[in-house]
Amino acid sequence: MRAVRARVPVVLLIPAFIGLAFLVLPMVGLVIRAPWSTLVDQLATAEVGEALRLSLICATSATAICLVLGVPLAWMLARTELPGRRVARAFVTVPLVLPPVVGGVALLLVFGRRGVLGQYLDAWFGISLPFTTAGVVVAEAFVAMPFLVIAVEGALRGADPRFEEAAATLGASRWTAFRRVTLPTVAPGIAAGSVLCWARALGEFGATITFAGNYPGTTQTMPLAVYLALEQDPDSATVLSLVLLAVSIVILVSLRDRWIGTRA
Amino acid sequence: MKKLAALLVAPILLAGCGSSEQPPAAPSGAGQPVTGEVTVFAAASLTETFTQLGKDFEAANPGAKVKFNFGGSSALAQQINQGAPADVFASASPANMKQVAETGTVTFVKNKLQIAVGKGNPHKMASLADVLKPEIKLALCAEQVPCGAAAKKAFEVAKLTPKPVTLEQDVKATLTKVKLGEVDAALVYETDVSAAAKDVDGVDFPEAAQAVNDYPIVTLPKARNASGGKAFMDFILSDKGRQVLTKAGFDTP
Amino acid sequence: MTLQATLNVHIGSFVLTADVEVEPGTTLALLGPNGAGKSTALRALAGLRPLSSGMIELGGRLVDAPEKGVFVPPEQRSVGVVFQDYLLFGHMSAVDNVAFGLRARGMRKREANAAAAEWLDRVGLAAQARHRPRQLSGGQAQRVALARALAIQPDLLLLDEPLAALDAATRIQIRAQLRKHLDAYEGATVLVTHDPLDAMVLADRLLVVENGSVVQAGSPAEIAKRPRTDYIAALVGLNLYRGTADGVSIKLDDGGVLTTAHRIDGPVFVTFPPTAVSLHKTRPEGSPRNTWLAEVAGIEQHADTVRVRLTGTPDLLADVTTAAVAELRLTSGQQVWVTVKATETHAYPI
Repeated sequence: MRAVRARVPVVLLIPAFIGLAFLVLPMVGLVIRAPWSTLVDQLATAEVGEALRLSLICATSATAICLVLGVPLAWMLARTELPGRRVARAFVTVPLVLPPVVGGVALLLVFGRRGVLGQYLDAWFGISLPFTTAGVVVAEAFVAMPFLVIAVEGALRGADPRFEEAAATLGASRWTAFRRVTLPTVAPGIAAGSVLCWARALGEFGATITFAGNYPGTTQTMPLAVYLALEQDPDSATVLSLVLLAVSIVILVSLRDRWIGTRA
Repeated sequence: MKKLAALLVAPILLAGCGSSEQPPAAPSGAGQPVTGEVTVFAAASLTETFTQLGKDFEAANPGAKVKFNFGGSSALAQQINQGAPADVFASASPANMKQVAETGTVTFVKNKLQIAVGKGNPHKMASLADVLKPEIKLALCAEQVPCGAAAKKAFEVAKLTPKPVTLEQDVKATLTKVKLGEVDAALVYETDVSAAAKDVDGVDFPEAAQAVNDYPIVTLPKARNASGGKAFMDFILSDKGRQVLTKAGFDTP
Repeated sequence: MTLQATLNVHIGSFVLTADVEVEPGTTLALLGPNGAGKSTALRALAGLRPLSSGMIELGGRLVDAPEKGVFVPPEQRSVGVVFQDYLLFGHMSAVDNVAFGLRARGMRKREANAAAAEWLDRVGLAAQARHRPRQLSGGQAQRVALARALAIQPDLLLLDEPLAALDAATRIQIRAQLRKHLDAYEGATVLVTHDPLDAMVLADRLLVVENGSVVQAGSPAEIAKRPRTDYIAALVGLNLYRGTADGVSIKLDDGGVLTTAHRIDGPVFVTFPPTAVSLHKTRPEGSPRNTWLAEVAGIEQHADTVRVRLTGTPDLLADVTTAAVAELRLTSGQQVWVTVKATETHAYPI
């Protein structure tokens, strides 16, 4: 209390640094134990490139789906008085608490070849989602959507609804007001939600392997490749993890500068 | 449907969090009656038989308690090498066993591949070549796990190139895809087919004889309850043990 | 484009009732304390809150009439609103804000922007057209909000405390400009304010709203001269009492007697301005008929006078010079003699 610097309470600083170390140390471990000598050879394999490409495509597609469906859902939860809204909000968070593997099974029970809806998709349109890249996207979207919805709903609740009223008095329909006033206002929240959603989709493992299976080139994303590499060759698993880590950090940092950086 | 979900989830969840909590084992060398906790790491394909044998063992040794961690053999081998506290390791492949122990291993059963198909064999499959038909969706284990390695060998013997829709991370997950009807055929162990006889049928094929998997078992050098581990291993190798394993479809060496 | 409305809005236990009529080219001010229901009236007129009963007719077109099942949503009414805190869209430039209403009504971007630029020019902000709202001063933002509301050429213009967010110096300047724009505007205007000066300067007619009801209506001059509630009296700086007159003597309801110059009978209001009050240390000799003893309850320094709050029979406010305060050595709790000339009092029937 006497010195100026003592104003930062140690009671907070100590757990803060322990928390930081707790998050950073596993990554440090990956870096330290990475087989740097064989790294280049490991990376050059076609499978790594394929898995990485698939991961990026699927995570991005899943994020796009989450945006198209999740933003209106967040709007409904935040702005309308529809009955059952609270129940709906509880359901939105279900994928967060569900073990992803169970999520994958649940998806199979609905969209699988014998699933509640899947049987009709298969019989009427010949569409079968399991074991396809589309299936990976579905699994990732299922697991990642809550992150987007919760972030966007929070942003919408923080935004003053009177701006929508102002737009209405100027002659804007609810859709126009949403598109031209509400959306730009909550854009930072949407951006933050998308980033979370994308990152979650990129790391998705359990639901993907359960629902979409694992086949190089169509459904084997990086996390699946990492898991299977771990079965035989932990070194290459470490390398794959590092690649995933590096790519996501580069993408997130560059997006952060472009989207979120403009806010301050 | 619920049960299918549970079956699919079980091995993965076990593999994920089996090794974490564990009270200290009783001091080793406790003498004749086996006491304390015996921790057994066993291949996923041993889930049903070892669970049964664990109960029998506990019944015969009232002071003992057996804890299992079932999972892919390679994952288990890695957990052991990273220091997971295991007394006994039963692997579905000698290769994974070699990562853990060189000496003291005993092959206690062999397992043979079968083609797992839907109940009543709706696609009338009779040979390994049938699973390559274009309308058949086929699931295999990933090559990194023993059942995948065995399947690869069987196809090599038959001079066939399979076109699976998925390479699953362990044998139970592969079989579950058949149970759920997501695929029409899968190559899994005979024992897994027997254990799921309610939902699937098995089709034998001659090439399987040349792709037999040996299952080695060992009491680990670093076992905390070495005497308990040894007693459990002996129990598996006893007539009573073999009886249960054979009944489940394993071949004894 | 006459506005004619019988407003009746229930919000929980609060009820607003008001009859509103505004001729084109004129301005009606709703004046009242916070929570009186003025903003509710404005929201009902804009269509942001449906009426519970009654009706709103704008230019001969019924836009809200619950009994007839009529409700025209805000985006289909020809109503421009200037909100209290302006609600300019933060992600758009000033000119895009003004063009927003035109674009929402289907005008092409180029034409809308041209029209918006013209409106900004009219409010003297041509140079700030490309600025974002956060780069504008309070007065500039207010003018952009006004331009945005007027750009759609509404039949009805609604102003919600348009000057409340401005500092005193800016307010005087913007008030004068607003007056000019309202004079040029051809539609009807409804202004909501709690500031009597805004109401007096900007409005042709006043409705005084208290607790959800209209307590007085009339021209600003009328209301200033003959307030009917303590609230208005305090607003316009008058002492106001209710009583019963018998000739020139008025017996006040809350105690005390006042003498007035003109004969009147029956229940009356009687007022006198604080400037008409004289304070004395001792009972003054001679003429004034209205003389009583009172106790100083508070002293406030105003611009060039001192306002003294006194309790007695009756209570009153007095405005005296700083010199008088010094001479009398006025302090709280001190007893002083109060005199008010009969000719300074003004009595009128209830």
